Amino acid sequence: MFEALSDKLRKVLKDLRGQGRLTEAHIEAAMREIRIALLEADVNFKVVKSFVDRVKEKALGQEVLGSLSPDQQVVKVVHDELVEMLGGTSTQIIFTKRVPNVIMMVGLQGSGKTTTTGKLAKHLAETHKRRPLMVSVDVYRPAARQQLEIIGAAIHQSVLKLPELNDPVALVKQALRECQLVGYDTLLIDTAGRLHIDDELMNELQQIKDETQPNEIIFIADSMTGQDAVNSAQQFHQRIGLTGVILTKMDGDTRGGAALSIKEVTGQPIKFIGVGEKYDALEPFYPDRIAQRILGMGDVLSLIEKVQAEVDEEQALEMQRKLMKNQFTLEDFRDQLRQVRKLGSLDKLMDMLPSGLFGGFKMTAEQNQEMERKFKMTDAIINSMTSVERSNHDILNASRRKRIAKGSGTSVQQVNQMINEYTEMRKMMRMMTSGGLGSMMGGLGNMGSLAGGLAGGLGGGGFRRKATKRKKKKKKR
Amino acid sequence: MPLFWKRKKQDDIITLGLHREATEAEKKIAERRDEGPEGDFLEKFQDAVAATRETIADKLDAVFAGKREIDADVLDKLEEALIGADIGVQTSLDIIEKARKQVQRQQLNDIDELKRLIKDELRAILDNADRHRQSGTVASETEVALDIKPYVLMIVGVNGVGKTTTIGKLAHRIKSEGNQVMICAADTFRAAANDQLAIWAERSGVPLIQQKPGTDPSAVLFDAISAAKARSADVLIVDTAGRLHTKLNLMQELEKMRRIAGREIQQAPHEVLLIIDAVTGQNGLEQAKQFSKAMPVTGLVLTKLDGTAKGGIVIAIAKELGIPIRYVGVGEQMNDLIEFSSEAYINGLFR
Ligand SMILES: Nc1nc2c(ncn2[C@@H]2O[C@H](COP(=O)(O)OP(=O)(O)OP(=O)(O)O)[C@@H](O)[C@H]2O)c(=O)[nH]1
Ligand SMILES: Nc1nc2c(ncn2[C@@H]2O[C@H](COP(=O)(O)OP(=O)(O)OP(=O)(O)O)[C@@H](O)[C@H]2O)c(=O)[nH]1
Ligand SMILES: [Mg+2]
Ligand SMILES: [Mg+2]
Repeated sequence: MFEALSDKLRKVLKDLRGQGRLTEAHIEAAMREIRIALLEADVNFKVVKSFVDRVKEKALGQEVLGSLSPDQQVVKVVHDELVEMLGGTSTQIIFTKRVPNVIMMVGLQGSGKTTTTGKLAKHLAETHKRRPLMVSVDVYRPAARQQLEIIGAAIHQSVLKLPELNDPVALVKQALRECQLVGYDTLLIDTAGRLHIDDELMNELQQIKDETQPNEIIFIADSMTGQDAVNSAQQFHQRIGLTGVILTKMDGDTRGGAALSIKEVTGQPIKFIGVGEKYDALEPFYPDRIAQRILGMGDVLSLIEKVQAEVDEEQALEMQRKLMKNQFTLEDFRDQLRQVRKLGSLDKLMDMLPSGLFGGFKMTAEQNQEMERKFKMTDAIINSMTSVERSNHDILNASRRKRIAKGSGTSVQQVNQMINEYTEMRKMMRMMTSGGLGSMMGGLGNMGSLAGGLAGGLGGGGFRRKATKRKKKKKKR
Repeated sequence: MPLFWKRKKQDDIITLGLHREATEAEKKIAERRDEGPEGDFLEKFQDAVAATRETIADKLDAVFAGKREIDADVLDKLEEALIGADIGVQTSLDIIEKARKQVQRQQLNDIDELKRLIKDELRAILDNADRHRQSGTVASETEVALDIKPYVLMIVGVNGVGKTTTIGKLAHRIKSEGNQVMICAADTFRAAANDQLAIWAERSGVPLIQQKPGTDPSAVLFDAISAAKARSADVLIVDTAGRLHTKLNLMQELEKMRRIAGREIQQAPHEVLLIIDAVTGQNGLEQAKQFSKAMPVTGLVLTKLDGTAKGGIVIAIAKELGIPIRYVGVGEQMNDLIEFSSEAYINGLFR
């Protein structure tokens, strides 16, 4: 029922193509659509307002890239801003040396606290080698404590059972003692669901906090929440101080705009998302995925990838022109390397290329590491050059090379080697652009020039496109 | 004052199970009935909404202060207020558009008229949906012949919205009006779902039919229906596991339960209540659509209205799908369930 934002934008901006700049009127039209899209995705209206203002500022006066339609460009601005807002500080659980580390799970009724307590305990035990103890201090809801016990048994993690004790503070005291006694290094406290306006129960959380000094207080929020997400999150944060958020029930089709609302009012990072009722259905939080989801539809995802690809392709064409004219500078060389690295690790990259290309050559892990190291080094060396040096390598005399080595923490030898590779590559690139792929492969004798060859080769058109397409498939999974 | 639970027989409403001498307890209930059990709705609901600090009316008064006529600012504020209450975006925009047109034609000049217009619009949506029920297009307890027993009432919804708790409350109220009630524990999936329901069954003094975790829910339902028939229970309330409406296999599971019920008892399930959590955003509409595909959803229960969320998505559901709102949950205790009234609800939003 929701029309994709990208479609709407295409309609309102369709006559803009090739007009140069995004004007105020275009932006206004686009912002109306964006506002509705965000509201339909359940982003709180106040948050939408400030978001739209920020995007407007960024989009206004931007040059419309030749190969991008204006709507694509606006989507990109919106997307990038969303990602920035959603992302941020550590999305890992923070541990200290204290024993035990205490993690408190809080939130509204039915948001998924108990289930997520189990998921998190399992995750911490399995991937962080923690030894968790879980305790439920929900002495109110029927069978709340049994629920955690059953979950504990299912995931083979310990749950403190003291059915005769009905005081949450007394329960956490016992739990802390148990941790010391048995040697659990992490205590997860599953609290009762409560309304943020329930003074008495909010005080109870404060007491539990005072007693246990938790290093994490995690707000468990239902991703289907609407406008009210700001109220509850803000209140919980003000009253007890949250350190992170987990968004549950993301396995449905909610757009999940609450994520943005909650992030905005608490400033706390979203650490995980819950994607099912099973106890391993906990995933790290990726701001870009959620941004795409809030904007609606995978087609935005593919659109953005297309945008990215077009930008890159345009650059690639530019490179090719430069090569032909022998203007391929060190600066361009660095850009090319960076582009290649953006695609992922080299061995993965090789997997994406036709297998015959390198005669079945496969990189070992060490070779791959070596290449990565080399990439970084090359980058550092070029960074230490002045812009004049970068645009004309011929002026790099001995004293300049010495200075560059010092600046990049390398040796003069390494600088020399790098410059040799660069000049080799320029030659090869010229061969390639005039003589095609085959001749380039001929030049690919040793590993040293492989880096340059790959970088240049990918930039030169040819299999650059293929690499992009494959990458798209990979990301979608 | 109407009863909470009613079934139609000719024209007069009688309570199930009361076609015999009333017991002392039932007489007491009958007395209470005259006071009207829903009299406290307005109060309770408005208390709940009062906790939300700002009502739509407050917001409007604030922007209108010092103005002589309704301008774009006022309408923008109103739009925000409606959207802020989770009334569907499209529904809100439609209502605002109507108001804008009237302002343009100078048919709408002051803030009280504007409030009245919006209230009437919202009210009309809710009442229209309820008319479906009253006319029998959507089933309810007043539409099912008394000789069909048990009356099967299924409770469905996404995870954690308050299904099990609502069943505890419903069982208590229906029973307290003199009906013989049974509960079927067809959530065989979630940890301790049975234990939770068992405690509610005990609180309300209603027998519970349950089986081992992991049993096919349809098998539990079949058992429960047989047991209810054997004991000639008036009402069988069926708890189901929380499920997201996007999970095809789980929705098929519901369809299977529907088939089993229909095979065992004429017209069953007679009533299917979809539980909507008041905090739910726009996704609520999709929930209602998808559940309606698997089951004939006959009504909504809006839970957790004692929080600050206003649950406006039910208005969008009523508008788009014509499903009436039947009950409202305002707390976690047995008595925290009230029959819905559009008037009290809208007044609460606007007070
Ligand atoms: N589909 C799905 N269901 C979830 C997820 N997380 C929790 N649930 C379900 O949501 C419902 C509520 O989960 P609980 O863990 O009991 O929630 P809670 O916050 O502890 O609830 P209270 O203690 O009653 O406040 C259960 O049916 C869970 O199985 C999730 O990520 N995806
Ligand atoms: N404040 C408030 N809490 C409620 C209300 N109704 C239910 N709850 C709480 O919401 C939480 C979830 O309720 P349940 O009845 O377990 O929900 P459910 O839909 O059966 O959950 P699953 O079976 O796990 O899908 C519990 O903590 C209930 O006490 C209500 O009207 N107000
Ligand atoms: Mg719980
Ligand atoms: Mg339940």
